[in-house]
Amino acid sequence: MRIALRTAALAYLGALVLVPLGMILYRTFENGFVAFYEQVTTPAALAAVSLSLTIVAIVVPLNVIFGVVTALALARGNFPGRGILQAVVDLPFAVSPVIVGVALILFWGNDGWLGGALPVIFSLPGMVLATIFVTLPFVVREVEPVLAEVGTDAEEAAATLGASKWQTFWRITLPAIKVGLAYGVVLTVARSLGEFGALTVVAGGVAGESQTLTLLVHARYIDDHNVFGAYAASTLLMGLALLTLVLMTTLQRKRA
Amino acid sequence: MAALALPKRRAASGGAGPLGLGIATLWLSIIVLLPLAAVLAKSLEGGVGGLVDAITAPSARAALLITVGVSAVVALINVFTGTLIAWVLVRDDFRGKSLVNAIIDLPFALPTIVASIVLLSLYGPRSPIGLDLYATKPALVIALAFVTLPFVVRSVQPVLMEVDREAEEAAASLGAGGWTTFRRIILPSLYPALLGGAGLAFARAVGEFGSVVLIGGGIPRETEVASQYIAKQIETDRPASAAAVSVALLAISFAVLFALRYATSRRER
Amino acid sequence: MRFLSALAAVLLALVAAACGGSSDEVGGGDNTAAASSETTSKLSLVAYAVPKVGFDKVIPLFNQTPEGKGVSFSQSYGASGDQSRKVEAGLETDVVNFSVEPDITRLVKAGLVDEDWNANEHKGIPFGSVVTIVTRKGNPKNIKTWDDLLKPGIEVVTPNPFSSGSAKWNLLAPYAEKSNGGQNPEAGLAYLEKLIGEHIKVQPKSGREATETFLQGTGDVLLSYENEAIFAERNGEEIEHHNPDVTFKIENPVAVLNNSKNAEKAQAFVDFLYTPEGQRGWAEAGFRPVDPNVAKEFAADFPEPKKLWTVDDLGGWDKVNAELFEPETGSVAKIYEEATS
Repeated sequence: MRIALRTAALAYLGALVLVPLGMILYRTFENGFVAFYEQVTTPAALAAVSLSLTIVAIVVPLNVIFGVVTALALARGNFPGRGILQAVVDLPFAVSPVIVGVALILFWGNDGWLGGALPVIFSLPGMVLATIFVTLPFVVREVEPVLAEVGTDAEEAAATLGASKWQTFWRITLPAIKVGLAYGVVLTVARSLGEFGALTVVAGGVAGESQTLTLLVHARYIDDHNVFGAYAASTLLMGLALLTLVLMTTLQRKRA
Repeated sequence: MAALALPKRRAASGGAGPLGLGIATLWLSIIVLLPLAAVLAKSLEGGVGGLVDAITAPSARAALLITVGVSAVVALINVFTGTLIAWVLVRDDFRGKSLVNAIIDLPFALPTIVASIVLLSLYGPRSPIGLDLYATKPALVIALAFVTLPFVVRSVQPVLMEVDREAEEAAASLGAGGWTTFRRIILPSLYPALLGGAGLAFARAVGEFGSVVLIGGGIPRETEVASQYIAKQIETDRPASAAAVSVALLAISFAVLFALRYATSRRER
Repeated sequence: MRFLSALAAVLLALVAAACGGSSDEVGGGDNTAAASSETTSKLSLVAYAVPKVGFDKVIPLFNQTPEGKGVSFSQSYGASGDQSRKVEAGLETDVVNFSVEPDITRLVKAGLVDEDWNANEHKGIPFGSVVTIVTRKGNPKNIKTWDDLLKPGIEVVTPNPFSSGSAKWNLLAPYAEKSNGGQNPEAGLAYLEKLIGEHIKVQPKSGREATETFLQGTGDVLLSYENEAIFAERNGEEIEHHNPDVTFKIENPVAVLNNSKNAEKAQAFVDFLYTPEGQRGWAEAGFRPVDPNVAKEFAADFPEPKKLWTVDDLGGWDKVNAELFEPETGSVAKIYEEATS
């Protein structure tokens, strides 16, 4: 019985996840490593990698700062509307990425609420905003429960001993949330690298300028008819995803 | 002097202070709330009548129905396969189990467009096993099952780990078979986790775009899902229609999540 | 903490290192002329969905000229209408190349392109094509004429005219035949009603997506540019194309944006497209050149159809676009909307 269940579970996972992934890896490397390397080092591919990483480099610090502030407010605070704030933080999980793109266009675009006052759509700020939207919950949700669990005793003690708010934060609070924060950051990075739906709507998609790795994969498959190139870029993204997965698993163990 | 000062009582706004709260609120407003409000406003550009017209246009209605239908099927599939996988991970032991456990999170970490290409290579026109499901509803189911894999598994796993073994052993000693034990002792304690996980899976599935965009074919009224329809409306310069269907889709996700939260809190009482 | 900072450092290094570069060609295939020498200037090009194969030939040729030395290009391809709207909405670029003139007119109205963009002898159009019918290899369903498309059960793949320029050409071709050059609009529209209402199921966003959809197995017939059919065939796809006896002349305009930061170079590039070298580049890529001498050289590749209707025969793009394709009021727009919404 146990064997039957195990086989069923593994068969499902195999057919759904492992075999397709194996297919891509096989197709990517069946012509040798050099072919793969060439496809991921074309100028457009390098620019795409650079852009994807640039977005991550901007999104992570912003999410850390504002995420920790929000987590503090939610975990330690008791104010009217706390439930609403909590719900708003969870909101991005329920919003389709395409809708994120639409929302940004309708707010920041030339015909939007701000009348296009700031050049956001079709340029880097737009892509950053879209990515922040979809990654907003991660840091908050990972840090908040830790803050709630850890409690304020140590911080209050520090306050009585004369520590300033900043000192308390830096030396007491931050170390306590370190692991949760790291996990939230890893999730943020993974999600940022994978963002696609919102970017299709909001990004210029110009090769070499406003094309992230995910957009490059799509463009290669559909526009360039470069199926092998699409597989190669996908494998690159998969590699980054696997790296993130490893980090996630390691940090999960630390949390537990 | 400092030693005698009483520690500040927790201010009404908590550890972040009123400034922190203000910053958090402003941040959330600019990033999330205001843009979403713009969507709502645009959808009502033609009044409520305009909104209803946009949602009930045949292709829009079809897209929404397909989306909800396929997502519900996928959520249901996940209830079974998710429980099965969680069970095997918690109760079974074999070489490579920790690897399998880590793989569950892969769809979570993998970019959706990569998932689309990956599935297309095996189940599309270039399939080496001759299984071409391109532009069919089963293709949508496969893509969505892929991206929602972790939700039910990760919901159920912790609950399964905490299940009271004594009750199970008692049932077994009274002669109950495995399935009966599962059905009457274990399953009831899993309901909240199952509902929660299925709800998350559903909410994720209805909004999914990247993973269906290549393998689904986007055939209007057959395999075009709501997110693709919305993207199409934007590309053909019909933002009000895009906003209207967006509102409909959001309403559906919120309704399901809300209903699930209500159902699980009732059970827990 | 240290680990995270190390990670951050690596990220920053990667970000800084790999900036610039826009060609997606492997190794030697890119515009090596620009890559090997110093890049002296950069031009940005926003184009419709299918001309990349042409630009891939023409840009290196341009780099070999004195004006074009050291000029690198960043390029974006997509559905003509979609791309035009993006430029109007603020996407910065130097040169635009769209499928149909109205997509340039939109930018003229927005003040981004000067009104005299098409004042040269070729009216701003350096290359073109004809509308062709693409079928599976061997033409199993024997489809050669516009009437054949209306045979029962035939599924036609053509893009969505609200986002794609290719779609407009595809619909104008049978319209022109059936309406005898616009003299009998009812007959033309009657044909389109049948075609759109009964034979079209999918609505790909652009000409290239239509090709992709067709190649993935959807539909029996694809309507497209002759150059796109040639491109797919040269790629080894199992398809063939037939230019119907009566078809439509496709003319793809190019213009320079007046707010370009590199206007001189942009204009030099556009001028190059009309020179014999440039024209030969286009011809080799499968596009019909406008220079009559070059056209003669490549006459074998581009058979002359029995009757070739043009937009001018129908009264010019302003009239055609307003009467037929204007959303909500155009006759073809209304037919399409009815059938597919």
